[in-house]
Amino acid sequence: MKQLLILSGKGGTGKTTIASAFIKLADAKAFADCDVDAPNLHLVMDPFPEEKISDYYGLDKAVIDPSLCSNCGLCSDVCRFHAIEQKDGQYIVDAISCEGCTLCAYLCPEKAITMVKAKAGELKLYSNKDAHFSTATLSMGSGTTGLLVTQVKDQLKNVSLETEFAIIDGSPGIGCPVIASLTGADLALIVAEPSISGFSDMKRIILTAAKLGVTIAVCVNKSDTNDELAAKIESFCWKEGIFFAGKIPFDPIAVKAVNEGKTVIDYASPSGTAVRALYAKTVQMLKETIRR
Amino acid sequence: MQDTTMAIEPTFAILSGKGGTGKTLLSVNLASVAKEATYIDCDVEEPNGNLFFNPTKEFEKLVTVKKPVVDDALCDGCHKCVDFCAFNALALIGNRLMIFDDICHSCGGCIYVCPQKALTEQDRAVGEMSIGRSGAVRSISGSMNIGENSGVPIIEELLKHKSSGLTIIDAPPGSSCLVTESVRLADFCILIAEPTTFGAHNLAMVQELVSLLGKPHAVVLNKTLEGKNPSEEFCIKNNIPIIGRIPFDKKLGSLNSVGKIAAREDKHYHEVFSSILEKALEEVRK
Amino acid sequence: MIIAIPSDKESLDSAVCVSFGRAPFYCLYNTETEQSTFLVNSAADSPGGAGIKAAQLLVDNKVSILVTIRCGENAAKVLQPAKIELFKALNLSVADSISAHVQNKLEPLKEVHAGYHNGH
Repeated sequence: MKQLLILSGKGGTGKTTIASAFIKLADAKAFADCDVDAPNLHLVMDPFPEEKISDYYGLDKAVIDPSLCSNCGLCSDVCRFHAIEQKDGQYIVDAISCEGCTLCAYLCPEKAITMVKAKAGELKLYSNKDAHFSTATLSMGSGTTGLLVTQVKDQLKNVSLETEFAIIDGSPGIGCPVIASLTGADLALIVAEPSISGFSDMKRIILTAAKLGVTIAVCVNKSDTNDELAAKIESFCWKEGIFFAGKIPFDPIAVKAVNEGKTVIDYASPSGTAVRALYAKTVQMLKETIRR
Repeated sequence: MQDTTMAIEPTFAILSGKGGTGKTLLSVNLASVAKEATYIDCDVEEPNGNLFFNPTKEFEKLVTVKKPVVDDALCDGCHKCVDFCAFNALALIGNRLMIFDDICHSCGGCIYVCPQKALTEQDRAVGEMSIGRSGAVRSISGSMNIGENSGVPIIEELLKHKSSGLTIIDAPPGSSCLVTESVRLADFCILIAEPTTFGAHNLAMVQELVSLLGKPHAVVLNKTLEGKNPSEEFCIKNNIPIIGRIPFDKKLGSLNSVGKIAAREDKHYHEVFSSILEKALEEVRK
Repeated sequence: MIIAIPSDKESLDSAVCVSFGRAPFYCLYNTETEQSTFLVNSAADSPGGAGIKAAQLLVDNKVSILVTIRCGENAAKVLQPAKIELFKALNLSVADSISAHVQNKLEPLKEVHAGYHNGH
């Protein structure tokens, strides 16, 4: 099963809009939303009859037992994450800031600190007769981890062994969640928008993907909002030897479709036509990639 | 907990659940219409503010974090540091300790744990920051080196340079620890939302976050079109004040896409953003 | 010498696990005694650095050979100085993988993949 990852350096470029259209066009049996900070894919998918929810645990968090605590403040002094403060005369750990390093528990002279299992989010697997959609939601302040992205992808792998490829809606940015979703991807389609910030962000994500040795393709969304910059992006790709997969015009019909929980290809529209062409090119490229 | 002694001038943080909603557009323009302001770009993974300000650089520095370093002569291969490290950043092969800097969270624990005192800490760069000036705006911006595990140290460094004047913090998108760190010093949060189902969904998420953090907040609706606005409906339903409506506007989009600050280019936009800033100041003083 | 094979289940007829660092178990086969034991992989539920921790587990258990479908670069950085040789697993059961290696039918694993960058 090959993995097609849809990414953007910057948010709001249309990654999820395009991913949902691809899923429809491919009649994909396996897809995942790895943008667990702000999962959106489910908003444009038809509802699934089966939902399986499981708890996701991050690192254990420190908890101070006030009955043993002598309020010496050593834990607060050594904590590098500003997670321990005194409130109403008692030192307590802020679970959101605590990173689970265990140093406070190790040093506490009264042995008043223990590490406690902390739920950091929920894994969700939606299924119908033959398709599966895997995603997760994070508890407030928790960050996406390699473990969580692995678990989101594994949920798919465990149920969809027969399908040709999986479509993964990735997260914006260049940090951990993105790097975690890039590993194992056969092809990363980067959705760029034609603005100065869009171009700058696209270059950073290309660098990130290249460092991980993932094959990259680029497309420009809302291309006619600045044709000049769209052309610049295209020639940048040619110059750098990056496959340029196509352009999609800005289209108010696309907004309408999304607001109705549909995809851009559900209406006859310029963006719909462009997305179909983009899909064809992307799938062709995916078939040709060899996993490194 | 909210610090109730407000700075002489308030600190606003601009957030959105999702990217591309107009956080930087709003932050950059609000800072530009104020008599004097500090703009802090906390989106250290994809910083964009200085593409608009093009500030004259006044100060720059590398942002460093502490990483452990081992003295092989003192290390006797006891394995205690490896067992201790919650992040699995250490490995021991025979008597040789391997340190994985990119995985290390700089908690400093292994230094304490080593019975031979073979571990010490050294500063290592994880990003950079700079301060510059553009007209009446002091712009503080930073970026995280590609491949690093957390942008939080860079954000912490940026916030160290905050003054008591009017401050606009351009927060990263989402609701992760990068965002919670960015809004830590904010007196008031302005949430910006677009009129789509995605926009409303993510507005709800980020609104939950700022409520959890005890930050008073209000909403600006961006790229508004005719017809239903799920984000507006969300605000009305939850009694969240709306302090601005920016209609979808090709000209504004064009100016923004070429890095121009709309409020500086056009009187009309100057008025739009001044009015939002005024309403924001009214809200924070309530 | 000891051969390690990442395993989905605690049984010799289990499939080889596709992941190295997050495999639920490792089968450890001793070529001298011809005995195999199963080790629970304590690295499997680490939010980050799983490959490093798993590799450390193998080093601590005096493993000489690892037969695996893939291996991440962080794990490889630990396995290589420890002189643990990597071989590419085929689509076989754990038991058949052991036989395949003993009969010199396996190729060395040449490619390591980039790591799942750690989490917060």
